[in-house]
Amino acid sequence: MENRPVDYNLINGWGIDADPKNDPTYPMRKRSADDHEGYSWNRPQQQPIDVEVLHSIERPNVTAVFGTSKPPSGLSGKLRRHAFKYGEGSFAHWIPLIVADRVDVVEGIIDDIKSGSFPNIWKERGMNAQWKYDKAGLLKSLAIGAAITTAAVMLIKNKSRD
Amino acid sequence: MLAMNYRGPQRIRLDRNKPMPEILHPQDAIVRVTRACICGSDLHLYNGNVPDTRVGETFGHEFIGVVEEIGSDVHKLKVGDQVIVPFNIACGECTFCKQELYGNCHEANPQATAVGGIFGYSHMAGGYNGGQAEYVRVPYANVGPMVIPSGMHPDDAVMLTDVVPTGYQAAEMGGIQKGDTVAVFGAGPVGIMAAKCAWLFGAGRVIVFDQEEYRLDFVRNYAQCEAYNFRSIEDPVVFMKKQTDSLGADVCIDAVGAEAAGSKFQTITGRKTLMQAGSATALQWAINSAKKGGIVSVVGVYGPTGNMIPIGNALNKGLTIRGNQASVKRLLPKMIEHVQSGVLNPKALITHHFPLEEVADAYRIFSDKLDNCIKPVLIPPSARM
Repeated sequence: MENRPVDYNLINGWGIDADPKNDPTYPMRKRSADDHEGYSWNRPQQQPIDVEVLHSIERPNVTAVFGTSKPPSGLSGKLRRHAFKYGEGSFAHWIPLIVADRVDVVEGIIDDIKSGSFPNIWKERGMNAQWKYDKAGLLKSLAIGAAITTAAVMLIKNKSRD
Repeated sequence: MLAMNYRGPQRIRLDRNKPMPEILHPQDAIVRVTRACICGSDLHLYNGNVPDTRVGETFGHEFIGVVEEIGSDVHKLKVGDQVIVPFNIACGECTFCKQELYGNCHEANPQATAVGGIFGYSHMAGGYNGGQAEYVRVPYANVGPMVIPSGMHPDDAVMLTDVVPTGYQAAEMGGIQKGDTVAVFGAGPVGIMAAKCAWLFGAGRVIVFDQEEYRLDFVRNYAQCEAYNFRSIEDPVVFMKKQTDSLGADVCIDAVGAEAAGSKFQTITGRKTLMQAGSATALQWAINSAKKGGIVSVVGVYGPTGNMIPIGNALNKGLTIRGNQASVKRLLPKMIEHVQSGVLNPKALITHHFPLEEVADAYRIFSDKLDNCIKPVLIPPSARM
């Protein structure tokens, strides 16, 4: 083995938290007998459930607190409700959620337009910063995007002629 | 109020009219944010890789601030307190919190049981709005938040919400024993901190891998470790074996997670097409680089679906694999002690301060690793007065 002497004195704090008992290849648990009683703790007060909250079927209830940032709505919401019919280990749970996320993006753009503003994609993607620090990278991605769009348009035009 | 607003993969904007958060539970507090970081984990959300990330959400699980309002059952905080808010939302009562597994609280996330509640981290982690905003609702305010010790620099304090405890726990879960060789995959802020903390447990050698030269330079200087660009070596696993007399590292730490580079196959299946729960390249390297009977510690975030990882190798080598979200509340007192004694200097990792109004540019710079960015912090206008 390559010999690499290290002068530990140069490293501030070397070994101060060393603990030979902290070796996880041996059991390391901090439990009491009470922990085997299952779902038995005194639950905190329930936050009022006045928005739709989807909850995992692997638990019996909605947790005592929860976030309310974006209740399910629209088509994406329908997909999310469907996803929550399945357990967390199932692809039937996660794939609809991933699809719902993409549908949600389109719904977001429609909502923006309905409210009278078209999203400023350049700004939202932080292109000002990329222009400042990585002009070459930005121009390259724009060129690739333009080439793909042109190819797609040509393909659609050719197909419509057939 | 002003808040970051997610609109879709790699599209975010500043929302100027986000409704103010309200007290929804007796143990809630409302905190006025004074600093909020962007985390490497936020980039998984930003890139659309985390299921159930809904348009309109505000990200941000690393923030500090001032208590503006408290619920009727909050008795450990008072209005005006300046607080460090751990990224985990934890009740303190459930069987997991009682084991100090605050990252695994069972009363904070209805949508999933595998992960606890996290601020601003999609509905998969509870659907909470995050701290990249002027104000944020903080549930279970008696449990998580801790008053910032007088004299502590706010840049140090904000790093204690996630980065420092996560890096420390990565080393702790590795069960590092004196003289151990530790390999860290990823030189982002958490990888840098994990490398630094490995020494505190008595590591004999710390080796870090990344693909960005500026990050490798940074970690060499900050964590006094060896650092290698995996692009310039043939195979990181073979390299590690050669560095360790063909045995492998005693402890390997995956500090990358779902968006690892380095394998085209993993990139296509894990990052581009989401056919697996993120690109598991760093985890593959960690498992394959570990010594037989060694330990693999995982703090890089992966999604909930399946991953192609070499579990057969893990079995045949007799590895112990540990992973978790950091238990910030458990670790905070020790982390504060280490900062105050000068053992850790977390604010040195912060390379960029942005006004909250420039959040979209800040994400782009951090995501694309522009301008030698290691760790960016957002500052709302109300904190700049």
